[in-house]
Amino acid sequence: MTNYILRRLIYMLVVLFTVAGITFILMHAVPGGPFDKEKNLPPEIQAIKEKYYHLDDPLHVQFFSYLSLVTIPRLTSTPPTLNTNDDFLISVKLGNYWFKWMNFGPSITSRNRSVNDIFREQLPVSFQLGTLALLIALAIGMPLGIMSALNHNEWPDYLGMGVATFGVSMPTIVLGPLLVWLFGVVLQWLPPTGWGAKPPFMFGLFPNSLGWEYFKYAVLPAFVLGFGSSAVIARLTRASMLQVIREDYIRTARAKGLHERMVIMRHALKNALIPVVTVTGPLFAALVTGTFVTELVFGIPGLGRYFVTSISNRDFPVIMGTVLLYAVFLVLSNLIVDLIYGFLDPRIRYN
Amino acid sequence: MKAISKPKPPASAADQPIRGHAVKGRSLWQEAMQRLIRNRAAMTGGIIILLLVLIALFADLIAPYSFEKQSLLNANAVPTWLTNVFPSLKPYAVISEEYPIGADKLGRDLFSRIVYGTRVSLAVAFIGPVISLIIGVLYGSISGFFGGRVDNLMMRVVDVLYAFPGLLFIILLMAFFRTTLAQPEEGTFAYYVGQLDAKFGGLLFIMIGIGLTGWETQARLTRGQVLSVREKEYIEAARAIGASNSRIMFQHILPNILGPLIVLETLAIPGYIYTEAFLSFIGLGVNPPTPSWGSMIAEGSRALRSYPNQALFPALALAITMFSFNFLGDGLRDALEPRLRGTQEK
Repeated sequence: MTNYILRRLIYMLVVLFTVAGITFILMHAVPGGPFDKEKNLPPEIQAIKEKYYHLDDPLHVQFFSYLSLVTIPRLTSTPPTLNTNDDFLISVKLGNYWFKWMNFGPSITSRNRSVNDIFREQLPVSFQLGTLALLIALAIGMPLGIMSALNHNEWPDYLGMGVATFGVSMPTIVLGPLLVWLFGVVLQWLPPTGWGAKPPFMFGLFPNSLGWEYFKYAVLPAFVLGFGSSAVIARLTRASMLQVIREDYIRTARAKGLHERMVIMRHALKNALIPVVTVTGPLFAALVTGTFVTELVFGIPGLGRYFVTSISNRDFPVIMGTVLLYAVFLVLSNLIVDLIYGFLDPRIRYN
Repeated sequence: MKAISKPKPPASAADQPIRGHAVKGRSLWQEAMQRLIRNRAAMTGGIIILLLVLIALFADLIAPYSFEKQSLLNANAVPTWLTNVFPSLKPYAVISEEYPIGADKLGRDLFSRIVYGTRVSLAVAFIGPVISLIIGVLYGSISGFFGGRVDNLMMRVVDVLYAFPGLLFIILLMAFFRTTLAQPEEGTFAYYVGQLDAKFGGLLFIMIGIGLTGWETQARLTRGQVLSVREKEYIEAARAIGASNSRIMFQHILPNILGPLIVLETLAIPGYIYTEAFLSFIGLGVNPPTPSWGSMIAEGSRALRSYPNQALFPALALAITMFSFNFLGDGLRDALEPRLRGTQEK
């Protein structure tokens, strides 16, 4: 088991290194730099700026110094400063020394902000949105799938699968403006844009209060984002439930006179949900990383917007930081799901 | 319960004499076709797609105006019937009956733009799958066919690409294409590619981007299918009579794994359509003034409060198209995937 986790972690590092490499190459293959504006800077000033951000170094030096700043922890006697070059995501005081780790560098175009600042303030918003969307997807998808499977080829089945098709066919850019217009403009029940929580966040990720003031902003975007994925969950639940209820042990459970509800809840559901668990990992990662359309439609100050603008601004550290962060999310949630999978289904062996 | 348990190898020229007097049965494809025709939702989807194809082909005849003709006097104009549907428009809207569903902020006819936008969405819907299918099938079949170390290495590459956040990758790629090939020197390769893309209104890069990011699932599926099919007796038989590798691959294996691939690809089409719409939505898609539903929704959303019709109609067009492809894909899956058969029988 430990062996398995270790191997997976090493594999994760390889994946992340590759992702960083591809992103770095693509990003520098695009012509233009962060200082190219309509009005060009005087060459001397541009040279000074490039020197300050180490953009005049050879590319491989830039790449490896970036990687070392991000990955290698350091122990220094100097306390952290407010300089954006010197902003570490983890910086803890240990006696007379400071333990510092993960410096994603300064943002070049947003002055006086480091990439870590953007992570601290914008990532939690995307994270909250993605989590709420996942909860909504599960809350809609699982009952829908179970209902469809238990009434196979009857009207609830058609209804359920109809709703699922509706979900995949109404993407964020369709459903988003529609609901904003309906609930935000016509009925005026919910605010059309914005987000109900501001930094500092609880534990750096969660909103400080969960009242209506928070949810009135979150309801629409989380629903729009989660509804599409609920279709995936519903179809999967239905398919795996259909398979499970034909198994012998379900027949046995029925034969020994167990109440139908008991058969479904105890015996069928537990086994039918294993495939559902396996998709929640990638789904969660996809939801957290895929929030930026929703963020654009609903004017939510999340990470997604920064990514899109950072590309057109050639804000290299922000591009690298966001892509890496998203990739970490993806591989970590896959790993966690694989571990849960083995826990749920003891037949799975890690080797 | 099951009429046919396994797809038979289709009759290739070499098989004909042997089959000779066999009872003429319906082939898998004929059966699938019949099942598809019986599926009402799938047929509705298919008919709508057919209509959309016709609209795209005859856009010049259907659209009352050109998609780029501006008339600033009629900016944001709406016809009377729309002011009855959206009463909030009444106090300030410019009324003009010339535009069936209104005009955008530059006074371009919305209806004509939606009609021309069909071309963009359908081009992506039909060409995107071809690119991703070619890459995916080639990659997957090489990997599955050779097996062993080659297979292992090739699949690890796919694993790494899977960990790449898809939408981010395509945004990066688009930014790369857009700027690298924007103003290249005349005569270079980049120049000709850029010219070609400009002819397509910016669509070429979108399709390449979609093709480059969308093939991994196809490759995995192909590999799995090839691995299971290549152990079958008829492949051994083909090998015994001395068929070449490529003949076995294209004549014997590929036709037998086509079903699941078609299903997967059809179900991926709404995703491609959405990717284009999304890229246009954030401004990395087609070049203006080429109309794309995605960019129309983006423009319309900015004026959602004052002119809801500008976002709602293109959104409706996009939703209908995605519905049709989803219904057709679902129907194809029910018809073609033997394992899931039974969901259709009453």
